[in-house]
Amino acid sequence: MKVRKNALHYHVMILPSLAALILFSIVPIFGAVIAFEEFQPVRGIFGSPWVGLDHFKYMMLLPDSKQIFFNTVFLAVLKIIANLIVPLAFALLMNELRMKFVKKWVQTIVYLPHFLSWVLLATIFFDIFSLDGIINRFFGLFGAEPILFFASNAWFPAIIVTTDVWKEFGFAAIIYLAAFAGINPALYEAAGIDGASRFRQLLHVTLPGVRTTVILLATLALGNVMNANFDQIFNMYNPLVYQSADIIDTYVYRTGLLSLQYSLATAVGLLKSVISFLLIIVSYALASRYANYRIF
Amino acid sequence: MVGRNTLGNRLTDGAILVALVAAAFICFIPILYTLSMSFSDKAAAEAGRVFLWPVNFTWASYQKVLEDEHFYRAFLISVQRVVLGGSISFVLTIAAAFALSREKREFGFRNAYMWIFVFTMLFHGGLIPWYLTIKNLGMLDTVWALVLPTAVPVYNIILLMNFFRSLPKELMEAAGLDGAGPWYIMARIFVPLSLPAIATVTLFSIVGHWNSFFDGLVLMNSQNNYPLQTYIQTLVVKINAETMATMSTDQLVDLMKISNRTFNAAKIIVSMIPIVILYPFIQRFFIHGITLGSVKE
Repeated sequence: MKVRKNALHYHVMILPSLAALILFSIVPIFGAVIAFEEFQPVRGIFGSPWVGLDHFKYMMLLPDSKQIFFNTVFLAVLKIIANLIVPLAFALLMNELRMKFVKKWVQTIVYLPHFLSWVLLATIFFDIFSLDGIINRFFGLFGAEPILFFASNAWFPAIIVTTDVWKEFGFAAIIYLAAFAGINPALYEAAGIDGASRFRQLLHVTLPGVRTTVILLATLALGNVMNANFDQIFNMYNPLVYQSADIIDTYVYRTGLLSLQYSLATAVGLLKSVISFLLIIVSYALASRYANYRIF
Repeated sequence: MVGRNTLGNRLTDGAILVALVAAAFICFIPILYTLSMSFSDKAAAEAGRVFLWPVNFTWASYQKVLEDEHFYRAFLISVQRVVLGGSISFVLTIAAAFALSREKREFGFRNAYMWIFVFTMLFHGGLIPWYLTIKNLGMLDTVWALVLPTAVPVYNIILLMNFFRSLPKELMEAAGLDGAGPWYIMARIFVPLSLPAIATVTLFSIVGHWNSFFDGLVLMNSQNNYPLQTYIQTLVVKINAETMATMSTDQLVDLMKISNRTFNAAKIIVSMIPIVILYPFIQRFFIHGITLGSVKE
């Protein structure tokens, strides 16, 4: 019964990880019960009075709720769309580039921003988009009036989406490049012999070759509809642009940890978690059904 | 091949080259701008005269960074969390991935564990319960708060597990027949065969630790315990709701004007150095990392 004996060792190998997950992931899930209480830190989770759905009802009545929910979904969806299209376009161009040396240099540079933190990048962008930053100076050359980008609700969502694409498009293109590499070269040869131009080869060989990848990424992105990227927005926004950039996560942070309305913040966060979870389940179900995707 | 060297084809090639070089340039401008800012004279920077090349080249800002005690302390805390957190995650990831890579008949609870692990990745209790849990454990203001809550990177475990599963099954059987136990097989057979995959997930976790700022902000009450990214985060003027209520728009606009440009730029560049040093390794391995997920049996 060698096999049985080994199982004990496998349990031991998993135990520390499991303990950490229970402590820092599972326990907080049960801790979310304070969303249904009027939580008072002195009394603790078990001593605080039960209020049922009061916080959820209150949340629905708050005038900001709709705006915050809208901002979250709006920014997340814009990012999802832009982050599908821009990397694909970039990967297509890279695929057509024949100069290996240039290709390597371009790759090295465009992957880099992915590894830099939003804290650093937000500080840099804050300077670049400031009144005398390079963007305003550049447009100043054409006589444009300087714009205070970070205080403008009209500009801010565009800046959020653009800088996010700027950071991620290179890295996101890797998956497309890998898919291109998997296309059978015989298909290009056959198309060439049939007299297909370069553009037609792109249209009829390359693009169909990544169709399943695009569909898979789009499906999995569904799970991110409630995720507008806290790290980015938290580091870039300010009260002047709350109207256009305050999202659920930033609202939960301010309500819970700055205003200390623990229960209300937990209720808002819990609602987001539940919706996100359902979306992810749906997206995985779709992905496994139509793209044969399995997570493990 | 039809007309490889026709004029039209060459023009297309030229246009593609220009577009890609432009894309790379756009990616690099913000970093280059910060670099030239950090080497520029303070007065020139405040006057908004610095573009992509330093004005009145000087090391002054870097000297100031080296003398800045807060920066120094925060940098060390970040190094500490990377070393501590990176090594804990390294051990836990390998052990858990190895156990989870076993077949169900070898390890009956494998699927049950797998579901628990994946579930923690998909469903979160939320920020407040997470914070309260760590607070109740008495970890606030200790380095453990920065290390233990992220000690189990489930995504990395799944990547590595899939890699282990792609290795030939005969390895395990042959070693088992020779009398080798599971720990020996893991450390002496699976780990050496998976070094690129292990390097990938380790780099992911190191970069993650270096870049993370939010846990420092929330879990450290004293600014003296801030890791580097959290410290940098507090440098930029934060306008909060209270100041906004008391100030006019013009005053707020004034507040958003940049001061300390060269000094902050130097701090940003120094914070990037560890990533830049690791970058050649990252580049070598992360392509694997992205495709690791697709290695299935």
